[in-house]
Amino acid sequence: MMTNPMQRLTQGQFSFLPDLSDAEIKQQIEYGLEKGYAWSVEYTDDPHPRNTFWEMFGMPMFDLKDAAGVMMELAACRKTFPNHYIRMMAFDSTRNVESITMSFIVNRPPSEPGFGLVRQEVQGRSLRYTVQGYSSAKPEGERY
Amino acid sequence: MNDIANPPMSAKQRYSAGVLKYRQMGYWDGDYQPKETDVICLFRITPQEGVDPVEAAAAVAGESSTATWTVVWTDRLTACDSYRAKAYRVDPVPNTPGQFFAYVAYDLILFEEGSIANMTASLIGNVFSFKPLKAARLEDIRVPVAYLKTFKGPPTGLVVERERLDKFGRPLLGATTKPKLGLSGRNYGRVIYEGLKGGLDFMKDDENINSQPFMHWRDRFLYCMDAVNKASAATGEVKGTYLNVTAATMEDMYERAEFAKELGSVVVMVDLVIGYTAIQSMANWCRKHDMLMHMHRAGHGTYTRQKNHGVSFRVIAKWLRMAGCDHLHAGTAVGKLEGDPLTVQGYYNVCRDSYTKQDLPRGLFFDQDWADLKKIMPVASGGIHAGQMHQLLDLFGDDVILQFGGGTIGHPQGIQAGAVANRVALEAMVKARNEGKDIVKEGPEILRAAARWCTPLKAALDTWGEISFNYTSTDTSDFVPTATAS
Repeated sequence: MMTNPMQRLTQGQFSFLPDLSDAEIKQQIEYGLEKGYAWSVEYTDDPHPRNTFWEMFGMPMFDLKDAAGVMMELAACRKTFPNHYIRMMAFDSTRNVESITMSFIVNRPPSEPGFGLVRQEVQGRSLRYTVQGYSSAKPEGERY
Repeated sequence: MNDIANPPMSAKQRYSAGVLKYRQMGYWDGDYQPKETDVICLFRITPQEGVDPVEAAAAVAGESSTATWTVVWTDRLTACDSYRAKAYRVDPVPNTPGQFFAYVAYDLILFEEGSIANMTASLIGNVFSFKPLKAARLEDIRVPVAYLKTFKGPPTGLVVERERLDKFGRPLLGATTKPKLGLSGRNYGRVIYEGLKGGLDFMKDDENINSQPFMHWRDRFLYCMDAVNKASAATGEVKGTYLNVTAATMEDMYERAEFAKELGSVVVMVDLVIGYTAIQSMANWCRKHDMLMHMHRAGHGTYTRQKNHGVSFRVIAKWLRMAGCDHLHAGTAVGKLEGDPLTVQGYYNVCRDSYTKQDLPRGLFFDQDWADLKKIMPVASGGIHAGQMHQLLDLFGDDVILQFGGGTIGHPQGIQAGAVANRVALEAMVKARNEGKDIVKEGPEILRAAARWCTPLKAALDTWGEISFNYTSTDTSDFVPTATAS
C-alpha cells in the first residue's frame, strides 16, 4: 500500500477526492464537451510518473458530443481491463493550447503497491535516483 | 489639448544653435498615426508647476529617444525624424489633477532585436529623472509583432510545462519553505519532502535563499532532490522544487543550474534583481536543458507600487514574457501583498493571453497580439490559505500556481496535513465548478462539505477561515467607465 496521505496513486485532477461516481464522471465529461474538448479513454498497468503514453482505448472521440457515448466507451474499457488504471483525458485543439486540458483517474487496481526509490551512489554525495514500480517487474497484463 | 499648433520651421531655423522647446524639435505630432510596427508607450506624467503638459509629453518622447537638452547639428547627418519618438496624444488622468496620460510612439529602428536591456535603456533610461517632471510612470506598452518575433520568450511555456509534469485541468499547488532563513540543508529538505508527499506539486526556495553560512547551496540542492525523488515515488506524481540559482555572477549561476540539472531537477529559479540580461541568459540555458524557469519578482515593489512614479508591473510582465521565464509571481489579490483584484487580473492576462484586448478597468490600455509567444504560468503567493480557494479559482482560473507557504507549513497537524488540506480544497472546488456550481457564492459550503470527511481541511478552515487582508490598494486603474477606445 502506498504511504502518502491518500494511500494511493495521486495523479490526475481528482485523486484527493472520494472516487467519482459514474454520474459525477458524466458531469465532468459534459463540462469538457461544452468547452469543445475531445475525450479519450486511456489505460495502463504501468503508472510510473514518467510513463507518458498510456494505451489508448480507441482514438480520441473528436466527433462525439454526447456524454453518454463517452461513458459507454469507459464502460467497455472497464470491462476489458477491470484491474488496470484508467484515465479520462480531454484534448483542446485551440491554437496556442493544442494539448490536454483535463485528466483524471476513473479506475484503479484493487491494491496499489506503489513505487520504490532505487538510489545509486555516484561521485561525491550525489545520488542517481530511479523510481521503480513494485509491480512493474512482471510482464504487461499480469501486474495487478 | 492635443491641437496645439506646431509652427512650421525651416531646417535652418530648426538646427540653429540654442535651446528649443521639445515640441518644436519634432517630438510632438498631434496628427501622428502610430504604425503597426511602432512601439507605443503610455506614460503617466506629473509636470512641474507651470510646465505645459504637451511640452512635458514631448520632452518624455525626446529624452527616451534621441534628444539632448540643446540643438545639435549632427542630427542632420542622420534620418533623424525616424529616431525621434513622437508624443501624439495627451489626456488628463481622470479625477487626478496635475497628472496626464501621454502616448508616445517609437519607430522599430530604435531597438536592438531580442534585447530587453536595449529596450529598457531607451524607454526608462534617463527620462524618469528628468527635472521638468515631478514624477513619471510607464503605465503600459504595446509591442509590435515585428519586434516580439525577435524574442524567444518563455523557455518552456505553461502548456508544455503541464505536459512535462502530467498535471492538467487544475491550478498547480506550491509552498515556500519557511522559515526563510536558518534551516540547515537537511532540515530544509524535510520541509520539502513533507509538503510534496502531502500533495503539493512544487516547493520553493525563497527569494533570499542563495548560499548563506547556515546552508551552502550544494547542500540544499542535494537534500532537496532527495526529498523530491522520495516524494515522487511515494505519490507516483512528478514533483519539483524551485532551486534558486540566483548568485553574484553569471558563472556562479550557471554552475548552480548545472548542478540542479545533474541532480534531475525539473525547475530552477532566479530573482528579478539579477537583471534583464542575466534573465535572458538563464532563459537560454533553460531552453537548452529542458528546464522550467521560475521567476520571483523580488524588488519590483520599489518601482511598481506607487501610481505616480515608476513602471507598472503589467509592463514588467510584458518584458519578462519577452525575455523568457516560465513562472512569474503576479499577485494574489486576496493575500497579504499589494494588489487590486482587477489590476492583478490584468497582469495574469498579460502572462497567459494569446491576444490581450484593451481592458481599461484591468489597466490594459492597448490591444496586444502576442504572436504565438509562449505563455507564462502566473504564481499567486503570499498570505493565502485554503479558505480562499473559491475566490482564487474564480479570480485566476486553472492556469496558475497557488502557493500556500504559511498555509501549508503552519498547519496545526503538520506539513503533510497542510498540503492535504490545500489539495482537497482545490480538487473539491475544481470539481464543483465543472459541475456548474456557483463557487463564489457556494464556495464556503463546498469547503465545509469537503472538511466533513477531510480532517486536515477542517483544521485549516478552523485556523485560518476568517483571515483576510482587506487594505486599500495603492495601484488601481484610473479610467472613466464611458471612455472610448483609443
